[in-house]
Amino acid sequence: MISGKPATRPSDALDAAALLELLRQMMLIRRFEERTMQSYQATKIGGFCHIYIGQEATAVGSIAALRKDDPIITAYRDHGHALARGMEPKYCMAEMYGKLAGCAKGKGGSMHIFDKDNAMYGGHAIVAGQCPMGVGLAFSHAYLGEDKVTVCYLGDGALNQGAFHESMNLAAIWRLPIIFVVENNSYSMGTHISRGTAAADDLSVKAAAYGMRYAECDGMDVLDTYDTFRTLVDAMRGSSSRALGAPADTGSGPAFVNAKTYRFKGHSMSDPQKYRTKEEVAGRQERDPISTLVSHLVERNLATQEQIDAIDKQAKELSHDAEKFAEEAPALPLSELYTDVYAEPFGPYKVGELPEMLRKTQK
Amino acid sequence: MRNIQLRDALREAMTEEMERDPRVFLMGEEVAEYNGAYKVSEGMLAKFGPRRIIDTPISETGFAGLGVGAAMYGLRPIIEFMSWSFCLVAADQILNNAPKMLYMSGGQFKVPIVFRGNNGAGGQLGSTHSWCVESMFSCVPGLKMAIPSTPRDAKGLLKTSIRSDDPVFFLESERMLGWGARGDRDFETPYPDTFTPYLSGGKWAPPTIEEDADFTIPFGVADIKKAGTDCTIVALGRPVHFALAAAHELSKEGIDCEVIDPRTVRPLDIETIVRSVKKTNYLVIVDQSWPFASIASEIAMQVYERAMDHLDNKIIRVCNDDVPAPYARNLELEMLPHPRKIIEAVRAVTYNA
Ligand SMILES: Cc1ncc(C[n+]2csc(CCOP(=O)(O)OP(=O)(O)O)c2C)c(N)n1
Ligand SMILES: [Mg+2]
Repeated sequence: MISGKPATRPSDALDAAALLELLRQMMLIRRFEERTMQSYQATKIGGFCHIYIGQEATAVGSIAALRKDDPIITAYRDHGHALARGMEPKYCMAEMYGKLAGCAKGKGGSMHIFDKDNAMYGGHAIVAGQCPMGVGLAFSHAYLGEDKVTVCYLGDGALNQGAFHESMNLAAIWRLPIIFVVENNSYSMGTHISRGTAAADDLSVKAAAYGMRYAECDGMDVLDTYDTFRTLVDAMRGSSSRALGAPADTGSGPAFVNAKTYRFKGHSMSDPQKYRTKEEVAGRQERDPISTLVSHLVERNLATQEQIDAIDKQAKELSHDAEKFAEEAPALPLSELYTDVYAEPFGPYKVGELPEMLRKTQK
Repeated sequence: MRNIQLRDALREAMTEEMERDPRVFLMGEEVAEYNGAYKVSEGMLAKFGPRRIIDTPISETGFAGLGVGAAMYGLRPIIEFMSWSFCLVAADQILNNAPKMLYMSGGQFKVPIVFRGNNGAGGQLGSTHSWCVESMFSCVPGLKMAIPSTPRDAKGLLKTSIRSDDPVFFLESERMLGWGARGDRDFETPYPDTFTPYLSGGKWAPPTIEEDADFTIPFGVADIKKAGTDCTIVALGRPVHFALAAAHELSKEGIDCEVIDPRTVRPLDIETIVRSVKKTNYLVIVDQSWPFASIASEIAMQVYERAMDHLDNKIIRVCNDDVPAPYARNLELEMLPHPRKIIEAVRAVTYNA
């Protein structure tokens, strides 16, 4: 059931501007995460904090294949997805600073980044906890007869949770428009996938077990990732007969993608990384997703070094400004303890105001 | 006197019991090759090998249930949850199977298993990762529950837990594993001197009694952490130290508090609490879980049932605020029990003394 790569790649159709946009997003994530690490070390950010550096191409390439209103849902390593989705970096940073101006008003933190405007249904901190909810989003498309596709990201460690398997089964029996993406960076904390996951060297069997389509992509290559998702999403979209109650053999059904990637930093900010060698990390860093795209652009004369430098400069500035915004933003008032607990408050609870980020658009 | 951290006490307890009984094994995420996500099981793989110190994938339902099956078969598993927050995905195994097996099988199958791990707010982890499971689990008959507050208690109680023929829920605190670690300074600053009785050179100094490899602490026996005459404060786990800090402050105002640490919730040593209340006539209960249907509520009710006539005022509960745990540091600190809240509660109940 492995879907082969088409002879002409969808990314061939991307013009220079579109390619530079992919680069811009990846550079923004990289610079933003570097700031995040500095701020964490300066104890401005607390709790658990998981850095996305190295994996940028996976979020950026897959999200580029979606429409803005296609929902995504992911785990706790979620800053990159939020930025690729279009969240202003300052709201993400302010969230980690625990400020009222944060995307979740400082109540969620690094592991719980949400953005309703950009159809980001959250970072979720319990491993695989997002999978059943992802199925629920896709169920809603089928239920409402909408032509949307949900993308549900998970780590390779989540393959070992019951919630993942139940989600795959539900999505398959109801042929729901969802793509499960394993961001396969080979490690769940210190456990290499070969120690934790059966059939780790051939994840296609996970898809086969549920009669689901399977694809692999090079998660260190934004164009390969884009191509894979473009193909899957296009097949899934428009198969309107997939609505609930339709015969089981119609509609393209869900898919499962193994995005082979690598995290360059530790599992979280407090990980001595004794489970892998410095040489292993250095070797993998030679295939940096950003350098790969830069080479592609330069070799084909699609961008000049000046353009690329300007994009990086802008990424640095945005990250710097995000940090400044977060630092200077007012603290979260204690009264916020009792807001947002109930949509229909009673007793001590109060209605909360929407985060600043959404106030322009949502009621 | 030896200086050890709470994590060392836990490791010593497991190590000694594994040396004593070959049926005991430790299983959980990152317990072996990583040496423990929080270094509790550091060195145990080297000592006992991969047959008895076993890394698992992130499959809590699987390995918690495996533990129950192995216990039914006669082994004595110690199942580590990296955090009790992660046990929720295994709720059926730990709440349906472990505590009810003996009953459902008419006494045929006992389940001698220990589930242990970090409980309570670890510090800005957000609400999914900041569970305090003691109140919601302690209502389940068939399980035992221990919540130690010092290395000595942790060691003695964990050894008893491993020897117990019943399932034990053993609740540790990430923020107590290495006292003085980042995060705890928030609670220390206003009352730094109050922690010194338990600290020596930045480490905890447990009494020498535990040099005895057969040192255990029985379940259902409360420990009077500080004797006093004016007001009883009951606290468990990490809040015991907030209670001690509060008692220290209040002594300056001439209020002499008695701090009682029940140490286990199932069984609960209500007698020691009642005896104290009959002496002091005032009661404040500190509980790091949420107030609704909580351990604090249960203790208050049991005291009313046994000693209502001896109370000179209402009982006050100091719990988490009744909201999900927030991420922001200032809100989280406010939401959790802390010394100031306890001081205010004691002043409020004893104002008519
Ligand atoms: C149910 C559950 N168990 C344990 C944890 C602790 N934990 C957080 S992340 C993690 C590793 C997950 O690895 P993976 O899924 O590969 O994602 P990655 O960190 O590589 O992005 C673990 C064990 C958790 N959050 N939830
Ligand atoms: Mg991983």
